[in-house]
Amino acid sequence: MSGDGDGSPDVAGWTCPLPLRDHPTVVAGHGGGGRLTADLVRHLFLPAFAPVAGEADRGVGDRGDERGHDGDEGAVLARLADAAVLPAPDGRLAFTTDAYVVRPRVFPGGTLGDLAVNGTVNDLAMVGAVPRHLSAGFVLEEGLALAELDAVARAMGAAARRAGVELVAGDTKVVGAGQADGLFVTTAGVGVVPDGLDLGPHRIRPGDAVLVSGPIGRHGIAVLSVREGLEFGVEVRSDCAPLTRPVQALLAAGVDVHMLRDPTRGGVAATLNELAGASRLGVEVTERDVPVPEPVRAACGFLGLDPLEVANEGCFVAVIGRDDADRAVEVLRGDELTAEAALIGEVVQEHPGLVVGRTGIGATRVIDLPLAEQLPRIC
Amino acid sequence: MRYLDEFGDPVAAERLLADIRATATQRWSVMEVCGGQTHTIVRNGIDQLLDGQVRLVHGPGCPVCVTPLETIDRALAIAARPEVVFCSFGDMLRVPGTADDLVRIKARGGDVRVVYSPLDAVELAKRHPDREVVFLAIGFETTAPANAMAVRLAAQAGLDNFSVLVSQVLVPPAIEAIAASPGATVQGFLAAGHVCTVMGMAQYVPLVERFGMPIVVTGFEPLDVLEGIRRVVRQLEQGRAELDNAYPRAVSFAGNPAAQAAVAEVFEVCDRPWRGIGTIPSSGLRLAPAYARFDAEGRFDVGDITTEESPRCRSGEVLQGRISPLECEAFGTACTPATPLGAPMVSAEGACAAYHRFRRLDVPVTVRS
Repeated sequence: MSGDGDGSPDVAGWTCPLPLRDHPTVVAGHGGGGRLTADLVRHLFLPAFAPVAGEADRGVGDRGDERGHDGDEGAVLARLADAAVLPAPDGRLAFTTDAYVVRPRVFPGGTLGDLAVNGTVNDLAMVGAVPRHLSAGFVLEEGLALAELDAVARAMGAAARRAGVELVAGDTKVVGAGQADGLFVTTAGVGVVPDGLDLGPHRIRPGDAVLVSGPIGRHGIAVLSVREGLEFGVEVRSDCAPLTRPVQALLAAGVDVHMLRDPTRGGVAATLNELAGASRLGVEVTERDVPVPEPVRAACGFLGLDPLEVANEGCFVAVIGRDDADRAVEVLRGDELTAEAALIGEVVQEHPGLVVGRTGIGATRVIDLPLAEQLPRIC
Repeated sequence: MRYLDEFGDPVAAERLLADIRATATQRWSVMEVCGGQTHTIVRNGIDQLLDGQVRLVHGPGCPVCVTPLETIDRALAIAARPEVVFCSFGDMLRVPGTADDLVRIKARGGDVRVVYSPLDAVELAKRHPDREVVFLAIGFETTAPANAMAVRLAAQAGLDNFSVLVSQVLVPPAIEAIAASPGATVQGFLAAGHVCTVMGMAQYVPLVERFGMPIVVTGFEPLDVLEGIRRVVRQLEQGRAELDNAYPRAVSFAGNPAAQAAVAEVFEVCDRPWRGIGTIPSSGLRLAPAYARFDAEGRFDVGDITTEESPRCRSGEVLQGRISPLECEAFGTACTPATPLGAPMVSAEGACAAYHRFRRLDVPVTVRS
């Protein structure tokens, strides 16, 4: 059933919008566990989160909101059990969680929904895991347009399919108007780490190469540009993307990877400081080698921001054994997500815990941990 | 989108550095007045690269840093009022008052908003006629025109719920005060390019004549700053004292007459206290009588708030270029960006914050190529 012929433009295009049309915005009853909640799950979340796009109601079909169908072959989520029951994988489990409150919820290059999936997927990818399953918790404020919730849920479903993960569990709570800012999403994720793989600051050695997988600063500037209504002449799009594929390509190629981290809040500067602090070694960076897109550099220039401190959602910092540095760049450049990977520095014995940059004109400076958020609520 | 990479080009920088090194026969003391230039110098290590030839003295050119503590306390008193929407540029949010700052007032429920233009505050006042919208109007001649426009637009729109807390300061009187002070060691000045974009260069002619010092209008990218220094050093070596423009892509001798007219209409010159320095005659702006009804200080009756500075903070000497931040006993111990004793440690453009951020190594580090 399509939304054609209905007068409400907000809900056009929904898979099965009829039961929701009575309530174009979130009301308290959507969190009450009754009919409204069931409608929301059945008609909004299940179609959006379907593991195969278009197979919306597979698993519940016409069985309404009955719960727990053993042996159902459809999506795990569609069984609507109290917990997802998943096969136990070989290897070890990686498990993480993150909350998403970005404002505005739509920005060039992504939405809150994309972030909520990719952010958690990337946290798993950074420990070398292949992400498998996600859960999603929603805190909805009364008055949120259901069309917006639908758009976020669809973005999450699309991002999950792209990242090769399945949304298998969820929860929805509604709070009163004024008690939240529209929509907060928390996702948790599990992934599988192959036996024998060991990444972390304890593996960092003097002489290791430091690289970034792509141009930095795009997400933070993209969000800022729409939040503050600033225009930079050229649109800066968020780099929000799942990083599993390029990470797995590095590992599959046998590259001597010592540590990976995605430089989200606090940017590359915070990530480098974390790895210097945790390894009790120094890091030296050649600033001119750090790939900064020109619009990001320009925006940072007139806003007084340092691109190294601006958030990213689709690139990572890698510490690689010295002999494998060039090969790591070569492997990454073979993937469109990391086609602009670049070596930016190295790990040194000197000045443990400090990150030092060689400036564009050849002097040196300390690259510090950013004191506070430059841009509140960017993820 | 141009004019960034070109003005950070390492080959051109090396040429300018070589020229300065070859020209200087002694170590000259040159003050950059503007905090933006201080940031460029310290971030890029220009002072390190010229260590033997030029002593760069960091002047009082960060508007956040020179805003008196009592102005900040007055701002906090206004921001805490329930009927007020308090608008400010982002870098004022963390500046500590005597007992509080705007971030904490916001956390306790105060309506504190970061705006990128004072015109945004005027829009807020239009949209919320039931609230008192106050804009913290600080800065040098660069922010004065937009602040004047905001007040003028509010007047035109007949807004009676908009006001400004004014702490506008002027650069030439500060240069005059520093050059005339008894212990002055500065031999030449880099004038702040963006101030001159607005005000032009005429105000500097009498200063060059009176003090016999070169003043070179200078931009903000690494090559801009190096070129400004090169021209000052060249004049000093040749015994000349002239007004020169090393930032012609943004500065003309006349400046921006429309902006000057807006400032002259809305503001009038007054004496102003500068944090750490004291009151400098004719060094500030206040609302002209025709616009005095937009003065937040009068509207909220906070003029009586007076405060004392921390006795441990030597920001006055830093702001006058008498000591380097590293010479202050509290630097990096009692006073850090997380626990600032004085404003220069708070603002990104403050000399102390710049040193703390970029210069905490005891030993200079050489990066291998």
